[in-house]
Amino acid sequence: MIDGGYQGTILRVNLTNRTVKEEALREDWAKKYIGGRGYGTRIIMAEVDPKVDPLAPENKVVIATGPLDGTTAPSSGRVMVITKGPLNNTIACSNAGGYFGPMLKRTGYDMIILEGKASEPVYLWINKGKVEFRDATHLWGKLVNESDQMMREETHLEAETMEIGPAGEKMSMIANVMFNGHRAAGRTGVGAVVGSKNLKGIVVRGNKGVSVADRDRFAEAVRSAREILAQNPVASGGMPLYGTAVLVNIINSTGSFPTRNAQDSFFPDADKISGETLRAQNLVRNEACSDCPIGCGRVTAIKEGKYKGEHGGGPEYEPLWAFGAMCGISDLNAITMANYLCDRYGLDAISAGGTVACAMELYERGYMPATDAPFPLKFGDPDALVESIRAMGEQKDAFGKLLAQGSYRLAEHYGHPELSMSVKKQEFPAYDPRGVKGIGLEYATSNRGACHVRGYSIAAEVLSPGLDRLVYEGKAAVTKFLQDLTAALDSSGACLFTTFGMQAKDLAQLYSAATGFECDEQEFLKIGERIWNMEKLFNLKSGLTGKDDTLPPRILHEPIVSGPSQGEVEDLGKMLGEYYSLRGWGEDSVPTKERLQELGIQDLS
Amino acid sequence: MKVLVLEPAKCTGCRACMDACSFEKTDVFNPLDSRINVITFHEDLTFVPTVCSQCEIPYCAEVCPTSTLVKNTTTGLVDFLKEKCIGCKQCVVACPWGSIKMNHLGKEIIKCDQCSGDPACVKVCKAEALTYVDVEDMISSKQHGVAQAYRRIASEMQKGVNP
Repeated sequence: MIDGGYQGTILRVNLTNRTVKEEALREDWAKKYIGGRGYGTRIIMAEVDPKVDPLAPENKVVIATGPLDGTTAPSSGRVMVITKGPLNNTIACSNAGGYFGPMLKRTGYDMIILEGKASEPVYLWINKGKVEFRDATHLWGKLVNESDQMMREETHLEAETMEIGPAGEKMSMIANVMFNGHRAAGRTGVGAVVGSKNLKGIVVRGNKGVSVADRDRFAEAVRSAREILAQNPVASGGMPLYGTAVLVNIINSTGSFPTRNAQDSFFPDADKISGETLRAQNLVRNEACSDCPIGCGRVTAIKEGKYKGEHGGGPEYEPLWAFGAMCGISDLNAITMANYLCDRYGLDAISAGGTVACAMELYERGYMPATDAPFPLKFGDPDALVESIRAMGEQKDAFGKLLAQGSYRLAEHYGHPELSMSVKKQEFPAYDPRGVKGIGLEYATSNRGACHVRGYSIAAEVLSPGLDRLVYEGKAAVTKFLQDLTAALDSSGACLFTTFGMQAKDLAQLYSAATGFECDEQEFLKIGERIWNMEKLFNLKSGLTGKDDTLPPRILHEPIVSGPSQGEVEDLGKMLGEYYSLRGWGEDSVPTKERLQELGIQDLS
Repeated sequence: MKVLVLEPAKCTGCRACMDACSFEKTDVFNPLDSRINVITFHEDLTFVPTVCSQCEIPYCAEVCPTSTLVKNTTTGLVDFLKEKCIGCKQCVVACPWGSIKMNHLGKEIIKCDQCSGDPACVKVCKAEALTYVDVEDMISSKQHGVAQAYRRIASEMQKGVNP
């Protein structure tokens, strides 16, 4: 018996037959995997062959919320997209903010399982317990912001939307699933899977409330959690003031800000693309996702130059870096425009920026013949950036089609895969492991390819006076701890940014009060570890091996040229063995039977 | 007397006020049962909170055939005396702001009572788009704002610069 937090029902949608079925949420799985990322992955484990072609109808997509979605728990409106990812065949889970998650709960469903493939483009309209398959041929080809507006006009103005853009329709390997027209579940190409199913989007509107198991305890846990965040200088200071972009100057000042496709890691023009400059130049107002007291979102407009009048959300720290330093560009308006275009086409901004940077290096080194590029691809050229993103989004020519497959396939095409700054084919984000050692371990071991939000060691290595960023000792333990914590947190529906102030015990308290499942800090972390190992098992069955737990050769062998981390390379070997041993995995990166038994998932190996 | 002040320009659109309100009143999180609402314009990401203004001449009370809605001259609130309500919904029609609502079942009239002087919505509004302040303070803070603008002009003029 589940007392609160969950709605208790999962909606199964078969797109091939256009049928829907309601199924009960399994209490045993809710206890073992919470919800969201964990529960969604458990569904994929049970129902999808890890060897399946990610873009085949046999692959499935779970759109999932957690037990905290739709409550006043701080920053608790995350929605997760879980599937087998086409970019790199890993278990893909991408999550987004906005309002879709809480509204999905109010339709009475904790999750939606999407299976099969529609014969024609469709979208789903889930309205107070009624599910309709609606024709989407008129929406196919529309930009994300256009289809968001059109779907709401055709259904209900106060409904919330999920949609893919042209990138997802054309099955770009770096396509996002978007929510509310501008919130991105980026990374791992989840948008391509939705596109492969001919599903343009989902519109939800519901009238069901979300209850919690213990009203007073939950109210107190929320009050306490909000107080912790209110007292935290990052959550209540830097983030609302400058957004995630506050990190531009901070990270650059450590010389760990990959520049010109990581040929260097210090960008002298960083302040031109910083959160401070963004605030002065383009900020219109702050935007917060559902129930979020932090409000890091940026509503921006371009006020001068060739893109004057364009407006939208962001850019966040990652796109500022990916389109900025990584491409050697310091034109904030062009970067902002590139970010808007990514949102409109539904492209992953980290991967898109990393891919343009890779293309620029291939071009400058002469590996990409000039005849293959529709315009010169020079580092520092803002027009080349914006037009490359357009080409990638529209895929009208061979150049755009190639870029839309991400940097790894691009670099491989020209015979130089080593120039793709990626792990497991996924572009790494805005922190250079040569200057912040622990984050390299996180990139190498992340279950969805290079990623900073699986175990954000930057928090311990740079943002707090905890660990020296240049030492290797202690990094394996902190990475494992943060990976486990984040896996459980993602499954609860809370945002990673709550951990600027909140700890595992605070999250466990919210989770226990909401669901009535007693859970302390240790148990919460154990659930996270269980989820992490389950994801690992999927990847092993999918064909990945320990050899894939590595970093681009440049990061391992080419010293940083200038700045505060000059001369540094990353020695991954100094952390990887310790990490495997802490995880209870063999040297081959395979979980031992004993550890799986401890975690209660020996049946999944 | 305290008033609930709404400043849309500060609103970040998190809607925590709606969740907090419904939870306070019903023990369940359901924005449809919230007395306060935030309207989101997705096209330009503008967020506008709306809530009962506790009007001095409340149309809702004027049309109410059973005196369920009455202006309380002591507290300044428009009180809703639930047991008298016959559910005719005239108040919903009469309110120019849409601040008299039906609950999520479409059965029951709901309106803001400022939580007896401790509004739940204000407690979760980190952006301070919602504040609960003495009416005199609200007015004097406005006056101060205008005066500050004049002060700046005056100091520019002292420098001999024509504003």
